[in-house]
Amino acid sequence: MTTDEQEAIESEIYAFVGQQVYPPTPAADDVNDAMIRQWAEIMGDTNPAYIDKDWAASSIRERTISPPAMMYVWGQEGFQVTKGRAPNAMSNLVSTFDRYGYTGVLGTNVKQEYFKEVSPGDNVTIEMIIDNISERKATGRGTGYFFETLSTFTDQHGEKIGTQRFKVLKFIPQEQPAAAATEDKLDVPTRIASPRGHDNKWWWEACDDGKVLIQRCKSCGALRHPPRPMCGECNSMEWDSIESTLDGEVLSHTEIHHPKIPGYQYPLVCAVIKLAEGTNLVANIVGCSPSEVQIGMKVKGVLEQIDEKTMLPQFYPAQSGLNP
Amino acid sequence: MIANVKNKAVIVGIGNTTFSKDSGVSELSLAVQAVKAAIDDAGLKPSDIDGMATFTMDTNDEIEVARALGVGELTFYGRSHYGGGAATSCLHQATMAIATGMAETVVVYRALNGRSGHRFSGGVAGDITTADAIHWGWYMPYGLLTPASWVAMFTQRWMHNTGVTKDALFEVAHSTRVYGANNPAAFFHGRHFDRAEYDAARMIADPLQLFDCCQESDGGSAVIVTTPERARDLKQPGVSVLGVAQCAADNQEQMTSFYREEFAGIPEMETAARNVYAMSGLCVDDIDAAVIYDAFSPIVLWQLEAWGFCGYGESGDFVTDGALRTNGRLPTNTHGGQLSEAYIHGVNGIVEATRLVRGTSANQPTKAVNHALVTSGVGIPTGGAILGKMN
Ligand SMILES: [Zn+2]
Repeated sequence: MTTDEQEAIESEIYAFVGQQVYPPTPAADDVNDAMIRQWAEIMGDTNPAYIDKDWAASSIRERTISPPAMMYVWGQEGFQVTKGRAPNAMSNLVSTFDRYGYTGVLGTNVKQEYFKEVSPGDNVTIEMIIDNISERKATGRGTGYFFETLSTFTDQHGEKIGTQRFKVLKFIPQEQPAAAATEDKLDVPTRIASPRGHDNKWWWEACDDGKVLIQRCKSCGALRHPPRPMCGECNSMEWDSIESTLDGEVLSHTEIHHPKIPGYQYPLVCAVIKLAEGTNLVANIVGCSPSEVQIGMKVKGVLEQIDEKTMLPQFYPAQSGLNP
Repeated sequence: MIANVKNKAVIVGIGNTTFSKDSGVSELSLAVQAVKAAIDDAGLKPSDIDGMATFTMDTNDEIEVARALGVGELTFYGRSHYGGGAATSCLHQATMAIATGMAETVVVYRALNGRSGHRFSGGVAGDITTADAIHWGWYMPYGLLTPASWVAMFTQRWMHNTGVTKDALFEVAHSTRVYGANNPAAFFHGRHFDRAEYDAARMIADPLQLFDCCQESDGGSAVIVTTPERARDLKQPGVSVLGVAQCAADNQEQMTSFYREEFAGIPEMETAARNVYAMSGLCVDDIDAAVIYDAFSPIVLWQLEAWGFCGYGESGDFVTDGALRTNGRLPTNTHGGQLSEAYIHGVNGIVEATRLVRGTSANQPTKAVNHALVTSGVGIPTGGAILGKMN
């Protein structure tokens, strides 16, 4: 790209800054229970402030509210968009980028701010402008520009409910190397593996081979987990190991709700398990609903391939018959 | 043997930065601001400082803080390990340095961009660079990788053993936030909070919900410690360190001591408590108010037991009877705690405990506070201190 070309595109695109994409437009439907219920169900959000009228009536708000993150939902255009939209500032901006070869598009982030709650019966008006366009940037995807739209949401009284900023990268796509397909495959997130060092590598390698081992002092026979280089009972550094039967009992447990980490499957229950051999092990409980996990519950472990890279012991309720 | 440190070190200055979710400045800037505020509070000059104590986790090198402030020569610098367990450990370092003459005036500081920078709630999954990476490896693959999840594991078992319910966790969460609502420096300042909001909040790691968890904060806190001789000439009434101890107990891990015969307990804090009482010549009945490390609500309960305010499993009744409130047996976390003032790794707690003894807390109890307890984090090697009016 020559300086002339850069000047040409920039003189066109920067003219869009401040232009209105949508004038203030009231939503076709008022805020309503049906949409809230469906949205909450899909998002798995069980907050009674959104969906439980009786509960909400006794809360400080005295009525249900719309989940703040739904703000953008109320003004969505629906099925009609399949027939195409009238051109607006944003579509014109996008075609300008395309014309200069910036055909790549990547939504990079959304930031919402909330100022006021709305409840069923309220009506949301949305207005959107093109708020800013960055200088030319070299990114991992290719050279391009970030543009950001700013949507402002108001209620029927003209009071501001919130804002949403949506940032998009328009870029000149780079030639993708032939290996790209394989790299994409490797990008599927897996569980975070333990680092493997001198004192623990053997344990994880056995795990990869389908076995849970317990370190045993060769001198006094004491079992120890997690592994360490010396026996705390007799100070011997000689050790071997035994294989656990993976019969165990739950000493404690917790269901992990937040944050959800890519590569992990939820619901996710972690537990401290007392193995029949006498040492404790932290692992997952599977094969039952999280609410069924109890302290004192008998469990049976099996080694499972969790994802492409991860073998881990997973414990099932002992009499469930679910474990292989 | 009982360490002979009673009344040998005196807190003479305290300082906090503004607490925020996005400081917009470096951690070094926060550290320097907090230290400067504490120096000013004491009526000292930066060049009066000859020692520094902070956390191994702190990114602000002593020499950088010293250079930025124009401190000049340092003859003591010591760091304490184990996250929030280091809070009173830094005071422990400062006290030892002053009692032995290694330094005359030591500043304890901690500053972090805990919300806009590295967030602890993100867990240990990120860029682990420490030597204990292998330790975390026993938990990461299973998804047990945040402080909330580790504390939840202890909480579940402790509640099972004792029958203590969420009512007690709520009382800790609530009494603390009532204090925070009245503290202009606190995130919860002016904010209403009730059981309905507590119950409706998202689950983080069963049984811990959002309001059982502390703030993530940007900010810094510092206290200045010096000799009694020096303290007598300074601006503020001196607050003496009457006893201070640290302890790593048998079979200890960082946050995951799941391999003890009974892991629903904090033996490291019990030992520290015993030693602090012995050093100070005080007993539990002498403690008038407390700042108890509250990264999560249940850990306050376990510490009440470890310091002998009640027996094992009795802390639920102790708090639901109102003990932590302003007219209760033990007004606790009167600044709003880390649950609602800010999470500055417990050093803002040392600041508040000093205020309690000075009589300047935003929620100063009506009764006289002759002795205030302040503690460090739980689940890790930890400790605590008793502060009192300088003779
Ligand atoms: Zn041995």
